[in-house]
Amino acid sequence: MTPPPRRKADAEEDSKTSSPPRRPSSGTGMRVIVPLQGLVQGRGGLVLGSVIPCALFYLLQFYLKRHRPSPSDEPAGPIPRTQSRSLLSPRGSSPPASASSRASAIAKASDSPYYAGNDKCSTDAYHAVSNPRGVIQLGLAENQLTLDLVRDWIESNLKESLLGDLQGELSIRGLATYHPFHGLMELKIAVAGFMHQVMQGSVSFNPSQIILASGATPVIENLSFCLGDPGNAFLIPSPYYPGFDRDIKLRTGIELIPVPCRSTDGFSLSIAALERAYTQAKKRGVKVRAVLVSNPSNPVGNLLSRETLYDLLDFVTEKNIHLISDEIYAGSNHGNGQFISVAEVVEAEDFDRSRVHIIYGLSKDLSLPGFRVGVLYSYNETVLAAARKMARFSSISVPTQRLLVSMLSDSKFIAEYLEKNRERLRKMYALFVDGLKQLGIECANSSGGFYCWADMSKYIRSYSEKGELELWDKLLNVAKINVTPGSACHCIEPGWFRCCFATLSERDIPVVMERIRSITESCKVNH
Amino acid sequence: MVRKATCNSHGQDSSYFLGWQEYEKNPYDPLTNPLGIIQMGLAENQLSFDLLESWLASHQEAVALKKDGEFMFRELALFQDYHGLPAFKTALAEFMSEMRRNKVEFNPENLVLTAGATSANETLMFCLADPGDAFLLPTPYYPGFDRDIKWRTGVEIVPIHCSSTNGFKITKQAVEEAYRNAKKRNLKVKGVLITNPSNPLGTAMTRDELAILINFITAKNIHLISDEIYSGTVFGSPGFISVKEVIKGRDDLTNKVHIVYSLSKDLGLPGFRVGAIYSENDVVVAAATKMSSFGLISSHTQYLLSVMLSDKDFAKKYIVENKRRLEQRHRLFVSGLETAGISCLNSNAGLFCWVDMRHLLKSNTFGAEMELWKKILLKVGLNISPGASCHCQEPGFFRVCFANMSEGTLNLALQRLKSFVDSDSESNNYNHCRLPSLPKWVLRLSPSDRKSER
Repeated sequence: MTPPPRRKADAEEDSKTSSPPRRPSSGTGMRVIVPLQGLVQGRGGLVLGSVIPCALFYLLQFYLKRHRPSPSDEPAGPIPRTQSRSLLSPRGSSPPASASSRASAIAKASDSPYYAGNDKCSTDAYHAVSNPRGVIQLGLAENQLTLDLVRDWIESNLKESLLGDLQGELSIRGLATYHPFHGLMELKIAVAGFMHQVMQGSVSFNPSQIILASGATPVIENLSFCLGDPGNAFLIPSPYYPGFDRDIKLRTGIELIPVPCRSTDGFSLSIAALERAYTQAKKRGVKVRAVLVSNPSNPVGNLLSRETLYDLLDFVTEKNIHLISDEIYAGSNHGNGQFISVAEVVEAEDFDRSRVHIIYGLSKDLSLPGFRVGVLYSYNETVLAAARKMARFSSISVPTQRLLVSMLSDSKFIAEYLEKNRERLRKMYALFVDGLKQLGIECANSSGGFYCWADMSKYIRSYSEKGELELWDKLLNVAKINVTPGSACHCIEPGWFRCCFATLSERDIPVVMERIRSITESCKVNH
Repeated sequence: MVRKATCNSHGQDSSYFLGWQEYEKNPYDPLTNPLGIIQMGLAENQLSFDLLESWLASHQEAVALKKDGEFMFRELALFQDYHGLPAFKTALAEFMSEMRRNKVEFNPENLVLTAGATSANETLMFCLADPGDAFLLPTPYYPGFDRDIKWRTGVEIVPIHCSSTNGFKITKQAVEEAYRNAKKRNLKVKGVLITNPSNPLGTAMTRDELAILINFITAKNIHLISDEIYSGTVFGSPGFISVKEVIKGRDDLTNKVHIVYSLSKDLGLPGFRVGAIYSENDVVVAAATKMSSFGLISSHTQYLLSVMLSDKDFAKKYIVENKRRLEQRHRLFVSGLETAGISCLNSNAGLFCWVDMRHLLKSNTFGAEMELWKKILLKVGLNISPGASCHCQEPGFFRVCFANMSEGTLNLALQRLKSFVDSDSESNNYNHCRLPSLPKWVLRLSPSDRKSER
């Protein structure tokens, strides 16, 4: 299995011209003032007299561009990252030995609505009885619909699974001592089996290609460290999960380049758009290392078709880059579509597997985010070897691992659980989407995940991010509903909101709808 | 493939890890593999497992995730707040105070939980230094730092050289020299990282050494990280002095001094992956808290330990009994070494000794140290850590762990060591005695020829 060739190959393709850089005027946010050609007229003898000022002008703009502090969304160009961030200084009253620029940036950073809304929820959480005026949390993709099943299993099986060996005797040695940082082999085997069941038997997973970590969050970060250097980039279809901005960009220095998907396409991935984004990145001198897709996607909830998967694999093969498939919602596919893992395609067809990596975890499909179990599944030996070493920074607590081995190995329980889970998600999704429909709010077609992607654009005052955030704010502070605005997910069409429904019970739905109605009614009046 | 995935600055190939690999191929077991390699390179505390087991056995409710009869499952299953379980942080903060004889207090709000001290050290590094910056570390130091401090962070380590002439204590000159060296290499020094008690030395830092460091960081306006994960293993005088004690009343230092802790050594629970950063620097706490998303401790573990550590009675008794057993084991080990004619650094803490085998080296070189290490690993069957892997400046020192095995196994290890030393010195003596009686033409033979005759 050969890993994609090193950067050398890419460098040869990067033909950077030595002439003054030309930038496409329609490019993403890079404005260039083109000197009016009309000023430069005439006589042949003035050719030099016109070319040189033009060249100087371009160089001046280039110089100015480089030395302007770049906003985080704008492509940073060739500036090394440490330079741009050293402008920030730490807070603190006593004369500080300065913290790192990374620390200062995060500690200070104004949180996106995704985090701000969640914070508000935790301080004033809705409860039907004890706090009926509290904020209803629809911004956290958690599944509480089948928690009772997991709870019951654990209650009846905990002691044996946690502490027991076959004789039911206490064994502290099995829990307390050092174990491989990348996960107990027993758990990897159990996880492989679980994933096989989740994906309905369509593919078998090899435990030795699994690396376990304390959550999908470190899995994606570790993988990013393995696949990209600071300044490199991943292409990612948008809208996407807001957490990726922090998980991937924070410490690795890797850039995320959104590849917009459109409502007219049902927010499905377009290879042409990927192609365009790749080319634009190349023109900026940014090396793209991978494409990161979520399947089922978050926040929309749609599935990648077999054809798209083939096209994706062709694309990454042609560009000689990696494909990361975040399949953490694979078991939460409640709709009519069929979930197809990239593993299934790669194993059936003759694609170069060494560029394919899958992210999974137990936080969604098994409703156990608190237990911190993330999975990296890769076909690339070099990545596996590096990820194994990185596992030391994010290892799962052994007692928790032991507990899960038993549960995941109980395939009868898992089969029942997965089926009930889909059923309950389907039901709740239908109720919620229906409720929204009655308010005149349509949702994008989706089959997976714990959320729906709702189009509230007709209720926003101005068709812009500002208008969207105004509506979000009203929903949060007036109606007391926390939803995630599309701009936090990098959606280019304003007015879309992600609403998670799997933390609700059926009786909460009318309450939610009523609160939304109060806002939409007032918006109607104002229009 | 990118640099991080393929580069070696993670230190994986150092002997520290190679020895581990050999051990895994041929591990000692009293019944099934009595000639196997005895693991003395792993600083694990297995001496007080029975205390933990009996606590678990008598606290079935906590183990079953129940509290006053109520099953805590739902709360725990969904709990992924990177601020940590409040009950656990409170219990941990109090435990840490107890460890320092309550001379200092820890505010739970200033604690950031991480998946082990490994994660804590790396996270702190991300928070305090940018790629290309440097931290000063006294040598010898824990080999894992090469990975934890440098690998993904891009931070450099500049050693503060300590020598056997003064028992490897930190001196003002050594610290200043290290700082100058960093400057020469164009590295910006962001701070000093110490391990107190020291790994691999097993010594608790003295007040003088702490004073030198405090003065230094004050003068240079840089940070001090004190990795105090062995604080509960101090069994002898002069006792453990935490840096937090030393900076009491120094408001100018609260933003610059940070402590790393873990339950892996003191409670012997490395498998639980419990680490913590303690800092009174708001920026650091805020940033580290967010970064802890990359290594959260499972809620299940946090809950179990919150109950265990809140059991003050148990915690106190455990600390005392654990120290007593460590001291006993330490004494046994040191006297066993003495019988074999081997001395070690006078130590009062840790799960290991800093053993002086300079007299067994063929020559005063690291090459000879490696040769000796290999012999001890493969012929004697003991996996110990050579000083070179700890960046010691002088060849011939080894870190040897004594708390991760039964007494019987330790005695066996000492026996093996003694036999090795005896046979080694015998053959040295043999050569020494034989020399005068050999005819001159033999004496003129090269040493390599003579070797082949043994």
